[in-house]
Amino acid sequence: MAGKIATRGAYGEALVELAEKYPELVVFDADLANATMTKGFAAKYPERFFDMGIAECNMTGVAAGMAACGFKPFTNTFAIFASGRAWEQVRNSIAYPGLNVKVVGSHGGLSVGEDGATHQSVEDLALMRAIPGMTVVNPCDGNEMKQAVEALLNYNGPAYLRLGRAAVETVTDEIEGYKFELGKGATLKEGSDVTVIATGMMVQLALKAADVLAGEGVSVRVIDMHTIKPLDEALVLKAARETGCIVTTEEHSVIGGLGGAVAEFLSENCPTPLVRHGVNDEFGRSGTAAAVLEAYGLTTEGLCTKIREALKKK
Amino acid sequence: MEKCSSKQLEVMAYRARLLALDAVHTAASGHIGGSLSAIDAITALYFNEMNVDPADSKNPDRDRFVLSKGHCSPALYAVLALRGFFPPEDIKLFRSIKAHYSGHAEMKHVNGVDMSTGSLGQGISAAVGMALAGKVAKKDYRVYCVLGDGEIAEGQVWEAAMSAAKYGLDNFCAMVDVNGLQIDGATKDVMPSEPLDKKFEAFNFNVITVDGHDFQALLDAFAQARACKGKPSMILLKTVKGKGVSFMEGNFGWHGKAPNDEQYEQAKAEVEAKLAELEGK
Repeated sequence: MAGKIATRGAYGEALVELAEKYPELVVFDADLANATMTKGFAAKYPERFFDMGIAECNMTGVAAGMAACGFKPFTNTFAIFASGRAWEQVRNSIAYPGLNVKVVGSHGGLSVGEDGATHQSVEDLALMRAIPGMTVVNPCDGNEMKQAVEALLNYNGPAYLRLGRAAVETVTDEIEGYKFELGKGATLKEGSDVTVIATGMMVQLALKAADVLAGEGVSVRVIDMHTIKPLDEALVLKAARETGCIVTTEEHSVIGGLGGAVAEFLSENCPTPLVRHGVNDEFGRSGTAAAVLEAYGLTTEGLCTKIREALKKK
Repeated sequence: MEKCSSKQLEVMAYRARLLALDAVHTAASGHIGGSLSAIDAITALYFNEMNVDPADSKNPDRDRFVLSKGHCSPALYAVLALRGFFPPEDIKLFRSIKAHYSGHAEMKHVNGVDMSTGSLGQGISAAVGMALAGKVAKKDYRVYCVLGDGEIAEGQVWEAAMSAAKYGLDNFCAMVDVNGLQIDGATKDVMPSEPLDKKFEAFNFNVITVDGHDFQALLDAFAQARACKGKPSMILLKTVKGKGVSFMEGNFGWHGKAPNDEQYEQAKAEVEAKLAELEGK
């Protein structure tokens, strides 16, 4: 493994690294530049960085106006505010007119930890996915994040990008032939008995769970589904047909996010035994990130239990 | 196009009123009251103040207009049609499934509309973004925005106002159509907004108050706004809701109601009589 970095850290680096190549890139923040990691860009490109204060709705709308004039704005705040507080601004001022704004939600999921439920977004992927034409991306590690940021700069349309707070192992750089492609899941590990479709930092857990299950004689395929929407339906269908059962895993509610998307697709096109691993229709709580994830079963062992459950459904 | 004089603007605004009434009557729905109060300012913008060209409607150097009170699209569509952005007969497709002249202003399908609006409080933020873009790109275009006086109860308006002042957007000229009425009744009863001048002054705007139906006063106000450097301008338009149609004037019941055939004929006759009077001068 090539070390650990939070996806928000890699994102912050990517903004700085890509700034010269993409002069239309402008960055907005809502008084969280030190947390969302836009501070590096702010220091180096102050004329292209706008701190809009604690006013997420206005930030979202101002970015829409700049996009209408040919810029490529990235707006930044915590996921809960980007997707929740400003949901209707994202819908009506960005997505409906099809403006080229990248809405970036940092500190997604439960791993915000100590701040507790008010700041733990377990609904952002669902909220953003429900908006017509919205692309939704949730990279798993620093390598994938950097490639995703450039792919989004080259994609002309509205998109939501989720960042994580916690440092995570970089895993995609060791996968032969790995290349981030918007809307295309990446098969990180082949397997024939069951497929785990993971997103964000659950990808690392899925790889570990696959190792644990290998010890029990189970061959687990691991798909990194960084793009929740549009869903890579061909890849899901292939996995369903070839492995006969599916587990989805995400640091998000099991309602409406990756699990929801896969369930909707499979039930209509290829009914397959499916188990959704995630947060079960409840709010988070305070604790260290590790303790909160443990309390909600978002651990390697928690995932292994779900995989065994799925195998029994076959 | 040569700029219209204040007298020519008044004629144009009454022609626009005919189209707006036609739109709402044909669709049997739409917001006529606030359209008629704002239509004079919008006419003055498109036929005198703003640098726009229907033949090159996406020119990056053009002036921009955002109708933050997006439900008053009948006024905007009527003025755009008269200005040549689309055929005036298209006004009959307002709110129709046969086209995309949506109930609220729509930029993707309606030529000349610079921002899709309708959800109140959001248009002003987009307008601020356009003005900020002009500053960053070092372009000298201007951005205009019309809000409703009921709309300014939305907190986002004040977020946007703070940001316009922070960045010293002197290329930004906002207006509030102060007609004093909203859907549920008088603005002073629903949610009192006055004193608007003191509020926007406190938000570091250059505030100008004018009779929103006096074209010379409107042109003078635009000139004053252009002359002001280092901060955004706010023109408070003192207007009459339903202006130009006797039975609609000052009646909040006409906020979002379409005239029936008889009412339409009466309204049309009144506006045509006014036009004849103006053109006979």
